[in-house]
Amino acid sequence: MMHYKRGSSIAALLAVVAVACGGSDTSGGAPATEGGPVALRRLTSQQYTQSIHDVLGNDIVVPSRIEPDARLEGLLGVGASFVSVTPSGFEKYEAAATAIAEQALGSELRGSNLSCEPSSAGGADDSCAREFIATIGRRLFRRTLAEDEIAIRVAIAESSATELGDFYAGLEMALTSLLVSPNFLFRVEEIEPDPADGSRLRLTSTSVATRLSYLIWNSTPDDELLDVAESGDLLSAGTLTAQAARLLDSPKAEAGIRAFFSDLLTFRRIDEGLVRKSPTQFPAFTLTLAGDAKEQTLRTIVDHLVTNELDLRELYTTRRTFLTPSLGSVYAVPFGGGAWGPYEFAEDGPRAGLLSHVSLMSITAHPGRSSATLRGKFVREVLLCQDIPDPPANVDFSIVENTSGELRTARERLGEHVTNDACAGCHTLMDPIGLAFENFDAIGAYRTQENGADIDASGNLDGQRYDDAIGMGQALRDHESLGPCMTRNLYRYAVGRNPVPGEQVLLTFLDERFADSGYRWVSLIDALVLSDGFLTASGQREAEEAAQ
Amino acid sequence: MTKRINRRTILRGAVAGGAVGMGLPLLDCFLNENGTALAQGGAIPVRFGTWFWGCGMNPARWAPPTEGLGYELSPELQALERTLSSGGKVRDHVSVFSGFDVKLDGNPNFPHGSGPASNLTGLFAPADGDFGAPSIDVLIAREIGGFTRFRSLQMSATGNRNHTYSRESATIRNASEISPMEVYARIFGPDFADPAAGEFVPNPRWTLRQSVLSAVKEDRDKLMSRVGTHDQQRLDQYFTSVRQLEQMLDVLLSGPPDLPSCRRADDPGPDILEGEVFQNDLESVNQRHRALADLLTFALACDQTRVFNMIFSSGISELTVPGLDTTHHQLTHDESIDAELGYQPQATQFVFASMEAWADFVERLASVPEGDGTMLDNCLVFANSDLSYAKPHDVRGLPTMIAGRAGGRITPGWHVRGNTDPVTRVGLTVQQAMGLPIDAWGENSLQTSLPVSEILV
Repeated sequence: MMHYKRGSSIAALLAVVAVACGGSDTSGGAPATEGGPVALRRLTSQQYTQSIHDVLGNDIVVPSRIEPDARLEGLLGVGASFVSVTPSGFEKYEAAATAIAEQALGSELRGSNLSCEPSSAGGADDSCAREFIATIGRRLFRRTLAEDEIAIRVAIAESSATELGDFYAGLEMALTSLLVSPNFLFRVEEIEPDPADGSRLRLTSTSVATRLSYLIWNSTPDDELLDVAESGDLLSAGTLTAQAARLLDSPKAEAGIRAFFSDLLTFRRIDEGLVRKSPTQFPAFTLTLAGDAKEQTLRTIVDHLVTNELDLRELYTTRRTFLTPSLGSVYAVPFGGGAWGPYEFAEDGPRAGLLSHVSLMSITAHPGRSSATLRGKFVREVLLCQDIPDPPANVDFSIVENTSGELRTARERLGEHVTNDACAGCHTLMDPIGLAFENFDAIGAYRTQENGADIDASGNLDGQRYDDAIGMGQALRDHESLGPCMTRNLYRYAVGRNPVPGEQVLLTFLDERFADSGYRWVSLIDALVLSDGFLTASGQREAEEAAQ
Repeated sequence: MTKRINRRTILRGAVAGGAVGMGLPLLDCFLNENGTALAQGGAIPVRFGTWFWGCGMNPARWAPPTEGLGYELSPELQALERTLSSGGKVRDHVSVFSGFDVKLDGNPNFPHGSGPASNLTGLFAPADGDFGAPSIDVLIAREIGGFTRFRSLQMSATGNRNHTYSRESATIRNASEISPMEVYARIFGPDFADPAAGEFVPNPRWTLRQSVLSAVKEDRDKLMSRVGTHDQQRLDQYFTSVRQLEQMLDVLLSGPPDLPSCRRADDPGPDILEGEVFQNDLESVNQRHRALADLLTFALACDQTRVFNMIFSSGISELTVPGLDTTHHQLTHDESIDAELGYQPQATQFVFASMEAWADFVERLASVPEGDGTMLDNCLVFANSDLSYAKPHDVRGLPTMIAGRAGGRITPGWHVRGNTDPVTRVGLTVQQAMGLPIDAWGENSLQTSLPVSEILV
């Protein structure tokens, strides 16, 4: 299925590494910078599920209701390094751990999760319990467990097995204690002095392994990565490059790229049933359809960036996508078959690029109508990394949004934003972009009129003129901020925080590498994981920094 | 029995927390052990809750025209005219506070964010959506929540778990339950000790679960020494949550509650979904709100918790009705003011609906007999919204109400005008009524040492 085609980019990187001088020996040609502070990163609910599946088996049904993730600075991946665990959240983690342990050591799965046979199924067996706890614990904690961490859990298994008269039931309690431990629920990023330059701090080898596997797989490191990490060898550039290549070549990498784009494009809102449409106006828009719409966009991204290794910018112009019959009917295109299949939007049709997809058009609309403002805001903030200030508290929207008046189209109504000084400053940044998508209603279905008046979808994006959404996609593809913004977002996702001031030079370098490669995704990942931003830190985050 | 909670372990943890500059909330659930709290099966507990509706009201049409006891009802408070089967009307059990301001002192008015932040913490909102301190329900739960199975229960009828105004700290939010089916399973599932079930037999797994938690706490010191001060705070919160679960297991082991009105709630059955999601049309929201209120009432009657938060609609209220292509929140901004009526008729229907839902909630609590009266008499429910007049995001005259007698500590049925006094006067009153040792509350213009003494007994 999905494989990153590799070769040239790796060779080029290695060549750069060979001539790099100073700083860390893994700099990959990047300028020597210092990464910002590290912090605990709570597993997102997807990472939790993915990690459980990788460690204990894909058959395990992971309860979906654990502590909700928090979005900060536009990313759950950033919110994860600020959240904690509340009382009700911990209660849910414990219930989930119990349910997972029951399955992992139940009669069906225990054979694959346990390499030893207890001396008796009806009681304790310390040595078999120890073997299980040490092996599984290492994958869950992403490091070898200390003796006291093992011993206390062997004791739990022993006393529980004795009390319950069942070896496996006893071991379930020990597994539960691993699963609710902060060492599992939080990724602990540790730092140490860089041996090559004692004035600098770097992430430890195991912390880098964890960063790497959650970035590329959205899951816990496997045994091989942990072996390399714990041997201390991972921090040499050659090994790190090879491991990154191995992870990218694994089928598990698809989950990684999906996780990043799901986070960036706020697809969690679809998962949680929060993209709601008026059932009377849009009866076709069910959670299943919304899920298909999300899947369509993710399939398009994976196919474009990974399978075909195409230019990231062309995600906003490509007509190639994937459909189901129910999506086909929203798009009003003939699409047969019973399930997913590739599809190419017509050359002379109204759709091209991710921004013509049902997923993004629905997310950026109200329950009953489109929103040029929300769509423009999405493009500015998420795709171009430009801040739009919040509206002033005391503002009158009634002229702009009154759809029952004489102003029939959104363009006419939103005209008020531009003639009103208090609104114009921000809305001229958003509305003209959003109006390009007015041919797509609140669920992304195509229309040419609103309230009987023709829709005019023309405009210009920072100087580049367009007539409709297709032209808008082209203008976005050509926008100078599109590439740097994606670099910045992936960087924030990888390190779990916004860049600190000294890191701009590194971001500029990464974006140059990205551009030089023709905006190939794998090149950006490669350059990022070899950079000081990924491998070094200024220290642990302190409370005062967090409050800023 | 295997290992029980080791008290010394807990205290050691707490001291370690103190040594790295943590606050004292860690100790709260123990501080009270010999203090004010009522033992299981003792006197009737007093409960505290909040009830939230979004997008405020129309001040001139919401505030009662007369002051004092037996106030005259305003157009938007007609729902309080409802008669209760236990006697009297809803209004007799509800005090209304109008004209109490959220002061900004030049701080930004984050739309929908500044009101709750100041009303529930006494502090200015540090950022949109953030609070400057734990919210009032958490302060009260730390005082009275340590003796029940759940320290507090958060519920939202909005279908969004992230809708919550309960904060452990500036950024740590207590998520809401949204599904009646899941709430039932959590409270009245297999762990519920049903007083009607005959002889109480503790589940042997409860003590084993405690030993699991003891092992987790052993990780504490090592982890604390490896992280920065911000992470120490986060871990501190995590370990506080671990101790809360230990407390829950202790309560389970102590057997079923000895309260005459306690019985297992009826199973609400599967959740009602349309388009496979929780919809936000008024009928669906009312259905969920009533189902959640019902389960909460049973939980309170069985002393499963003494603190709760209920959200009817969120600040950016997504309430809608069939045929409307927009939402309550959008209407407050978009709808023109009807020249004849002088208000926004479409938006205002949701003010009426919110007050009807509030009356539903009060009525439900009053339907449970308890002692000489009803359970409502042993509650203090603090109703509040994010705004007064939503169209311009006004936070002056933030509407609040208090229902119940808090076990005899307050007198209901008043209308008190604030005359631009800070809204923190109401929050201070609430905390004092709930027994918190607090003389003053709030910062700068929000600071007050003047409770609404009319209602305090």
